[in-house]
Amino acid sequence: MRVMVIMKASAETEAGVMPSERLLTEMTAFNEELVKAGLLLAGEGLHPSSKGARVKFEGTKTSVLNGPFAETKELIAGFWLLQVKSMDEAIEWIRRVPNTDGAHHEIEIRRVFDAEDFGEALTPELREREEAMRAQGGDYGQERG
Amino acid sequence: MGTADTLRAVETVWRIESARLIAGLARLTRDLSLAEELAQEALEAALRQWPSDGVPRNPGAWLMAAGKRRAIDGFRRSRIIDEKHRALAGEADPVDASVEDGIVEAIDDDIGDELLALIFTACHPVLSTEARVALTLKLIGGLSTGEIASAFLTSEPTIAQRIVRAKRTLAGADVRYEVRRGAERDARLSSVLEVLYLIFSEGYAPATEDAWTRPALCEEAMRLARILAGLAPNDAEVHGLLALMELQASRLPTRIGRDGSPVLLLDQDRARWDRVLIQHGLKALAVAERLRSPAGPYTLQASIAACHARALTPEATEWEEIAARYDDLYRAMPSPVIDLNRAVAKAMAFGPAVGLALVDGILADGALDGYHLAYSVRADFLSKLGRAGEARDSWLKGAALARSDRERTLMEERAATLA
Repeated sequence: MRVMVIMKASAETEAGVMPSERLLTEMTAFNEELVKAGLLLAGEGLHPSSKGARVKFEGTKTSVLNGPFAETKELIAGFWLLQVKSMDEAIEWIRRVPNTDGAHHEIEIRRVFDAEDFGEALTPELREREEAMRAQGGDYGQERG
Repeated sequence: MGTADTLRAVETVWRIESARLIAGLARLTRDLSLAEELAQEALEAALRQWPSDGVPRNPGAWLMAAGKRRAIDGFRRSRIIDEKHRALAGEADPVDASVEDGIVEAIDDDIGDELLALIFTACHPVLSTEARVALTLKLIGGLSTGEIASAFLTSEPTIAQRIVRAKRTLAGADVRYEVRRGAERDARLSSVLEVLYLIFSEGYAPATEDAWTRPALCEEAMRLARILAGLAPNDAEVHGLLALMELQASRLPTRIGRDGSPVLLLDQDRARWDRVLIQHGLKALAVAERLRSPAGPYTLQASIAACHARALTPEATEWEEIAARYDDLYRAMPSPVIDLNRAVAKAMAFGPAVGLALVDGILADGALDGYHLAYSVRADFLSKLGRAGEARDSWLKGAALARSDRERTLMEERAATLA
């Protein structure tokens, strides 16, 4: 399964304060660990909301609101997209996120909708039909390639 | 921490740390079973201590230190320390004071190499393919025997027994935990790649009847391949295999229709293909192609998959490119089935007449003349060429060779539409 790990914004991130060299070094090492464990699919840091915008929808009407936005804690400062086996595994990894600057952060972990296992949906009968359909085109019938 | 929480924590930390832990301890002890036991003991110690002391910043290092301590205690007790040290230090005279240092140093150097050695060991050619798969998932994937059993729809005792037997075989064969060089390394690596692709395929197109796809197995295979790509960054085919798996897996969400029926490649909703995996796959393919020319079989298969991934619509598929890659693939890995797929690709690129000539050649060679799909491919070309009567005969010939009643019925039905 996949999880999106959301680093919440803080007064510092919203002010555009860059992390210390030490934290950056540790963060890089942490990301390397995620790569080595084969889990990291994507991850980015985000600029402060002052450089962002919101598009609001009301019925068919849209309006644009430029940043910065209030309610700092609800904002996002960065994210990782991880492939993990369970929510527990995600939590165990995220506990290891370095925080040497001593700031108060919050990191949220949310499950991404996955292509669900079709194990139950596909009966043996359907499987045989598929087998037969393969006959129509070699590899392309098998959906390989 | 309650018992249930503790058990969950064991499982999670084990999944994350066990492979490197076992790898380091296996080199130290030269005994896979012992290494696994020591790793487990270290983990148990952690779970006794961490709830009160807090989880250390580097749980992996903590566990390795705990495992080493236990190994050294064990060596002292069993008085085999001299022998082990000699083995480690390459016949140097054992000097008591330096023994522990030697052991500690031995497992303090490159952990990455250790893990690679463990992967190579789990996929050792002395083991059956089934044993390699089970051992790889257990030792490197950190899966429980129960999880492996349910992934392969077999019983837990069967898997447990398979693993015990595999470890015994490895011990008996005196397998050394090290990464070889040269030709032997290549041979061992290709065994590893084969195992990973088998695990992937079991999730992508299970051989068993009662399951369709098992994305979790695909994910595990991809995770293992990513780990391997990190450990063996200069081996082109590792990246090629990773690319192949990621590009194929990108299509997983679209392989089954809403009603549960399978959807063929050219009919799939491409908007739902997984862009993250496609991006990863294309990147891995580029690495593979940069590292080795001409490309190896996995890389070539990945390059074919990439042609599909790049095409935003089925009509945009570059069939000529695919046909060319099939030529390369057939040269690298001549097999009648690849030849048949090549015929299909050529037919898409250059018309059914070209495909027909190829498939007739393949059938004339005799290798596939008992293979029902060869006749259905031929029938398809013939009917596209408007040669209904011959197409009908070919469908019927395929039907006669079909492996199941249903398959036979379907092919007979197709023949009937041409009557």
